[in-house]
Amino acid sequence: MTTNDRIEHEEEVTRRNFLYVATGVVGAVGVASAAWPLVDQMNPSADVLALSSVEVDLSAIPKGQTVKILWRGKPVFIRHRTADEITRAVSENTADLKDPENDELRAERPEWLIMIGVCTHLGCVPLDQRGDFGGWFCPCHGSHYDISGRIRKGPAPRNLEVPKYAFLNDTTVKIG
Amino acid sequence: MGSSSYEPKSKAAKWFEERLPILGLIHGTLGAGYNAPRNLNYWWNFGSLAGFMLVVQIVTGIILVMHYTPHVDMAFRSVEHIMRDVNYGWLLRYSHANGASMFFVVVYIHILRGMYFGSYKSPCEVLWFLGLVIYLLMMATGFMGYVLPWGQMSFWGATVITNLFGAFDFYDGMGESILHLLWGGFSVDNPTLQRFFSLHFLLPFVLVGVVILHIWALHLPGSNNPLGIDAKGPGDKIPFHPYYTAKDAFGLSFFIVIFAAFIFYMPNIMGHPDNYIEANPMVTPAHIVPEWYYLPFYTILKALPDKLLGVIAMFASILIFFVLPWLDGSKIRSAKFRPATAFFFWLFLVNALFLGYLGTKSPDEILINIGGGLDALTLGRISTVFYFSYFFVIVPLVSRMETTKPVPTSIAQSVLDARKEG
Repeated sequence: MTTNDRIEHEEEVTRRNFLYVATGVVGAVGVASAAWPLVDQMNPSADVLALSSVEVDLSAIPKGQTVKILWRGKPVFIRHRTADEITRAVSENTADLKDPENDELRAERPEWLIMIGVCTHLGCVPLDQRGDFGGWFCPCHGSHYDISGRIRKGPAPRNLEVPKYAFLNDTTVKIG
Repeated sequence: MGSSSYEPKSKAAKWFEERLPILGLIHGTLGAGYNAPRNLNYWWNFGSLAGFMLVVQIVTGIILVMHYTPHVDMAFRSVEHIMRDVNYGWLLRYSHANGASMFFVVVYIHILRGMYFGSYKSPCEVLWFLGLVIYLLMMATGFMGYVLPWGQMSFWGATVITNLFGAFDFYDGMGESILHLLWGGFSVDNPTLQRFFSLHFLLPFVLVGVVILHIWALHLPGSNNPLGIDAKGPGDKIPFHPYYTAKDAFGLSFFIVIFAAFIFYMPNIMGHPDNYIEANPMVTPAHIVPEWYYLPFYTILKALPDKLLGVIAMFASILIFFVLPWLDGSKIRSAKFRPATAFFFWLFLVNALFLGYLGTKSPDEILINIGGGLDALTLGRISTVFYFSYFFVIVPLVSRMETTKPVPTSIAQSVLDARKEG
């Protein structure tokens, strides 16, 4: 008792203080390292990550049509745009946009618009060729996208996401 | 909890009690050892009804697990298997599905009763918190349970609700990392279904634990009552058993009739027909609606034009209940003696129901035809503003400024007065 009291009164860093802190720190690091696997197991597993790209044959998609394919459990829209649609998409680059992005950046080849068909609001699948801007319309909470997939009206914060893709040749695209 | 007044009648009970005093604990908590105010009305039945529903959900749930398969390829079929092939499977599933709704009905009434009679006020704040924790756990459990049948509404409800957490996008890619962690993939898929199943099984038992804490916290100050004054002398109280066990049992028998009416005559009225279509990630149903018990909060989410603000407002609309004990500055608990408080309470309730109604509507649907027409979005915004101003403006001001009615000196006295007036 008396030794303890004296130590507290003197308020100096003792061997015992050091041992308390060191033990606590080692304990905390140990608990955190043990907890990490319990959290990280929730992240996508190796087999989910492995299924991360698909190849699509574009020759079967006529002008003015959209095809929906499944990639990573989500729909991807591939639209073969008409000349008229491309003109519209480019001319609206200067329109008042919530998430400004030029059409050239959204479509590597202007006739092929490839984007993830998931509304950036809360993840519904927008409907093709509906809404006030001649593009896509999300029925869940009323977001309108234009023919470049840019958000124009409604609660969605961002444009429809463009996935990573590469044209292997003129009729094949690899998504992912 | 606990009671020193318990005296075991048999020798065996006495032997056991000396070694583990659990009989005395039960006696003092739900038996004759707990003295409750003598004037509890039928609004005080809903706590025990909620306890009953928790037991029903756990029992039917554990049996359903014996026949259900938590895998995207088999979940939907296994639910149909329960409905068509398992003996009384339809009864178990309908009881469980409607039981969730019934559980929320009684809990909502229980919470509203607490609001009206000031049951959250000192010294019952922690009791109130524990109740809110129970409610939040119920919301999480109910949501995950709705995903398990893997129908269209299951899938798209899960997609919309999990995406809420993507709003916390404070640095590039943060929202996405949160979502991938929640889903265990790039979208709601098999890993999501399996973890929801695991948690849907676990959380009800966590609920049982919190319910025990809730009852413990209740028994320290004792139950509130319609007059909102402290029960003092023996004239103010009666033993829980047999008086309130009998009253609860009577209320329970009435409640079971209503519960049974839903199970046997309108088992799907609370559900959505789209959930009898198997989940399809390529097609969103035209109209995604959450279960009815989330609807008011869903309207608040939709009312704000910004995604993050919408999500924050939605969570805030529930978490605000935690500070209610301090927003309300009145010295009197019961709204019986606070006419303005009572008036605004009923207005709050009507507004909450209206928010729920709006939750079922598309934002651009015209509901009131005056002027250019008021659409669901505009009305939702007005309602949301009222919802928050109730907590931030009305309750703090009214509770401190209103002229209250005289409060009786004791529960016994008020009973005698009422008898005199005849």
